Amino acid sequence: MQNLHQLKESPSQTAGPYVHIGCMPNFLGNTGTYPVDLGVSPMLDGALGQAITITGRVIDGAGMVLRDVMIESWQADAAGHYPGQPGADANVTGWARFAADFDTGFWTLHTIKPGRAPAPNGQLMTPHIALWIVARGINIGLQTRICFADEAPANAACPVLARVEHKDRIATLLAHATAPGTYSFDIHLQGDAETVFFDI
Amino acid sequence: MPDTAPATGPLIGRDRNWHPPAYTPHYKTSVTRAPQRALVALGSTLTEETGPAFGHSILGPLDNNLILNFTGQPAIGERIIVHGRVLDDSARPVPGVLVEIWQANAGGRYRHKKDGYLAPLDPNFAGCGRAITAPDGRYEFLTVRPGAYPWPNRTNDWRPMHIHFSVFGTGFGQRLITQMYFEGDPLIARCPIVNTVPSADGVGQLVAPLDMNAAIPMDCLAYKFDIVLRGRRQTRFENRLEGM
Repeated sequence: MQNLHQLKESPSQTAGPYVHIGCMPNFLGNTGTYPVDLGVSPMLDGALGQAITITGRVIDGAGMVLRDVMIESWQADAAGHYPGQPGADANVTGWARFAADFDTGFWTLHTIKPGRAPAPNGQLMTPHIALWIVARGINIGLQTRICFADEAPANAACPVLARVEHKDRIATLLAHATAPGTYSFDIHLQGDAETVFFDI
Repeated sequence: MPDTAPATGPLIGRDRNWHPPAYTPHYKTSVTRAPQRALVALGSTLTEETGPAFGHSILGPLDNNLILNFTGQPAIGERIIVHGRVLDDSARPVPGVLVEIWQANAGGRYRHKKDGYLAPLDPNFAGCGRAITAPDGRYEFLTVRPGAYPWPNRTNDWRPMHIHFSVFGTGFGQRLITQMYFEGDPLIARCPIVNTVPSADGVGQLVAPLDMNAAIPMDCLAYKFDIVLRGRRQTRFENRLEGM
């Protein structure tokens, strides 16, 4: 038989507790190497759309809030275009990187609410922000999505949310408005409220 | 024009038997941080097939020189070059992608508020570096060999010498964090974090060989570490939407 000559993906390893040194040194207080951390904001001044703030925590199976977690987000602009696509808002860079506060465990993302982007089958996905979550004790980055409880019609028509077999778990993917433009989104790694994580 | 990895197209699914599972009880912190429900399988969408791009303008001249990039004065330790390529599943180079590294200093101490190990900080070593891959997928760092260090897990667990790598592809779904180990380190086989990788072949993919051809006489040793990202499916039969 012939050889496929294919390589395996490098196996993942945990980011560990010191991920900030390499990815967010200024946040950590290690100033002097990079002028600014990458991914401080997913947008520039003038980005179109509704400015929103999402705050949350990542909670383990013992109910403890992770204080060493780092999260990256990637999203479309307000019209559902990803950076680099034709027609995309040049003021939306789409990608952000943020970490839990070392004392409280809360993380915050200031962004604009994304629009609906097409799924491969042409149906529109509901507005969402993709998250990639890494920390000590997480062996391979966890992939989930922030969707919005106030987008009920789009959520109901979303082909990605339709893939969640246990419909009661869709609620774990919904950020809830706590005030105009402000949302709350906790991520549960285990337990009855375990967040839906994807194998994408 | 070199044959480089495609930057568009559906991502090939991850081989979850090759990666560590979430629940690895010898690495104790994973016990309460491992999702217990099955992952929801989803083919890649535009969200995972696109991703952030970084230009060379973000880089400073010493970003890939960890020996000098903190204070300009040299860090203490055994000088080493760490170099390699970022490749896709077909061994094609992935050019123009960001590689970030972080590590302990030569004594095994991290410059981090949560690390209280008794080895001292090196005033001239921050332990972070970054590079963007060249058109042939290559990257290169100059650093010091990190020390091994003990960590609270079982009663006497030690991390082998290692360098953390964060690698971007062209799609957000390719994001990868891993660790590089050093050929011949007897602590590799004893490490519960290394051993979250299920197979010996998988572990071997994370062990960088000494590369005397890249070592600089009378200056530094070298280790070669290639990184493979998940690939993209390419077939003329793929139905693609306009602009995807």
